[in-house]
Amino acid sequence: MQLSRDDLLTAYRIMRTIREFEERLHVEFATGDIPGFVHLYAGEEASGVGVCMHLDDRDRIASTHRGHGHCIAKGCDVDGMMAEIYGRRDGLCAGKGGSMHIADLDKGMMGANGIVGGGPPLICGAGLAAKQLGTGGVAIAFVGDGGSNQGTTFESLNLASVWNLPCIFVIENNGYAESTSSKWSIACDDAADRASGFNMPGVVVDGHDFFAVHEAAGEAIKRAREGAGPSLLECKLNRYYGHFEGDAQTYRGQDEVKKLRESRDCLALFRENVTSAGLLEGAELDAIDREALAQIDGAVTKAKTAPPPTAADLLTDVYVTY
Amino acid sequence: MARTATYQQAINEALAQEMERDETVIVMGEDVAGGLGTDGERDAWGGPLGITKGLYGKYGDRVMDTPISESAFIGAAVGAATAGLRPVAELMFIDFMGVCFDQIFNQAAKFRYMFGGKAETPVVIRTMYGAGLRAAAQHSQCLYPVFTHIPGLKVVTPATPYDAKGLLIQAIRDNDPVIFCEHKALYTLEGDVPEEPYALPFGEANIVREGDDVSIVTLGRMVHVATEAADALSGDGIECEVVDLRTTSPMDEDTILETVENTGRLVVLDEAHPRCNMATDIAAMVCEKAFDSLKGPIKQVTAPHTPVPFADTLEDLYIPDAAAVQKAVKAVMESSK
Repeated sequence: MQLSRDDLLTAYRIMRTIREFEERLHVEFATGDIPGFVHLYAGEEASGVGVCMHLDDRDRIASTHRGHGHCIAKGCDVDGMMAEIYGRRDGLCAGKGGSMHIADLDKGMMGANGIVGGGPPLICGAGLAAKQLGTGGVAIAFVGDGGSNQGTTFESLNLASVWNLPCIFVIENNGYAESTSSKWSIACDDAADRASGFNMPGVVVDGHDFFAVHEAAGEAIKRAREGAGPSLLECKLNRYYGHFEGDAQTYRGQDEVKKLRESRDCLALFRENVTSAGLLEGAELDAIDREALAQIDGAVTKAKTAPPPTAADLLTDVYVTY
Repeated sequence: MARTATYQQAINEALAQEMERDETVIVMGEDVAGGLGTDGERDAWGGPLGITKGLYGKYGDRVMDTPISESAFIGAAVGAATAGLRPVAELMFIDFMGVCFDQIFNQAAKFRYMFGGKAETPVVIRTMYGAGLRAAAQHSQCLYPVFTHIPGLKVVTPATPYDAKGLLIQAIRDNDPVIFCEHKALYTLEGDVPEEPYALPFGEANIVREGDDVSIVTLGRMVHVATEAADALSGDGIECEVVDLRTTSPMDEDTILETVENTGRLVVLDEAHPRCNMATDIAAMVCEKAFDSLKGPIKQVTAPHTPVPFADTLEDLYIPDAAAVQKAVKAVMESSK
């Protein structure tokens, strides 16, 4: 899977945009301006972007409660997302969904999901539709290590296999389901070990390494597009923040996140890789950093001043017709 | 000259005609064809009661058998509905909603609202419900009130073969998620069913029998119990108006209010458990909106607040019958002004 210079710039830009989006939300949430629950994806960017770089609008993804990164990686409008998180009328979901339900079906983004394990059955349907309608599309469920233990995930792995669907299940194992370690909650060594029980390939990759994710996902997606069936990909990675904003994270080791940021930051690893190989210049990446920061600044400014939904919006959008 | 068919045949015909009309209509569920992976016949079952029999022969891979994984395949039907197909998934018994309810009420029902009006989920979930077949507590419930409670779902409960065909065709053509509830004791019921495809609109109740003394508002199999009671009461000089809801969501409030304004007396008959069911819902709605039309208290006739029992003596006591309806009607007559 050869990455062009433009691909590399794009991948870095999307990862940096996600990082800035999440770092800024961390700051803004603390001010009390953002309602509800927010679960940040910072630290996990290489996974969502490594996978979604292979996709286009005919392909579908289903996400999790930690969905902002997947949304951005699948092409959702950043201003619309930020407005949605602020509960604004011109948010991507008109202020009716919020952080946990951002979706854009036109972009193939079937939604962040407030239900752990909610996505895998849905992508079996998206994969089935792609197969029946002959679109050539694939469908991908992102699941956390917590969601990997849900019955819906097991059922969907089996269904995708017996129906031979163009589906990929990406388990983003960040080590914690809320405050419980995946080393305890997953009975086998790797969640990917379970793939053999469903007669599909199961691959473990370093989820901090964009290139490793990109390559493994590329193989799984190629296999799915060729009609050879589903795959499971486990990305071992880390989140930089708590389960939700406000989580004191007393279950984590002292300096755990600090050390991860210093040694396993997917953006720093990407930069190191491409600059040392002479593929991109540091200055180009610096420029992207500045642009991403400005983009998120703009998105927050717009979201803060955007109008909220009105009373008339409460009762609409329940049914197509009723 | 109208042709007669059973409720079961009417459902099968609706599925076949819609699959013929629209290639995006697919059918999925446990053993909807049957025999998959065996040395025996393919299309061995056509569903556990044979409702989908023959569809596989006509439509092949658009009739999809599933593993016994209701969460996965109901969710797959929901996901496929957002991606260009019109799936009709069979949830064998309504009681099995317990193993897949999340995909129905948190996913399918909420997409349109959560996504700001930009999603359409044209999925139909066919499911059999109701007591009377000695199927005991986990295969006999009337859980349509649970679905009716959820905004975003439409809920259909046909009482006759004619309605079963027309409402199922409407359900398949509808762009919202529809829970299509088939009473298992009605599958062999015969009635007039036109051969050509036709759709009956949702939210339009059917006045099954006209009368000026007492209104009996009901649904599903209980429509026939109400009619039996009304026929008997007619001999006593009491004329009942029987209203079949046809759909509980949307619900035809206008027709209910009109019949109460006409008779001034109301019995609500519901096979579901007595708390938070259609009877309580309708009684509350009438009290709020037509209190001045009432000549006396409303009576509710429902199953008791127990699981559905197995033994025939007990199940027969459990299911509301015509005698219970007659008693309620007479009580309403006596207590009214």
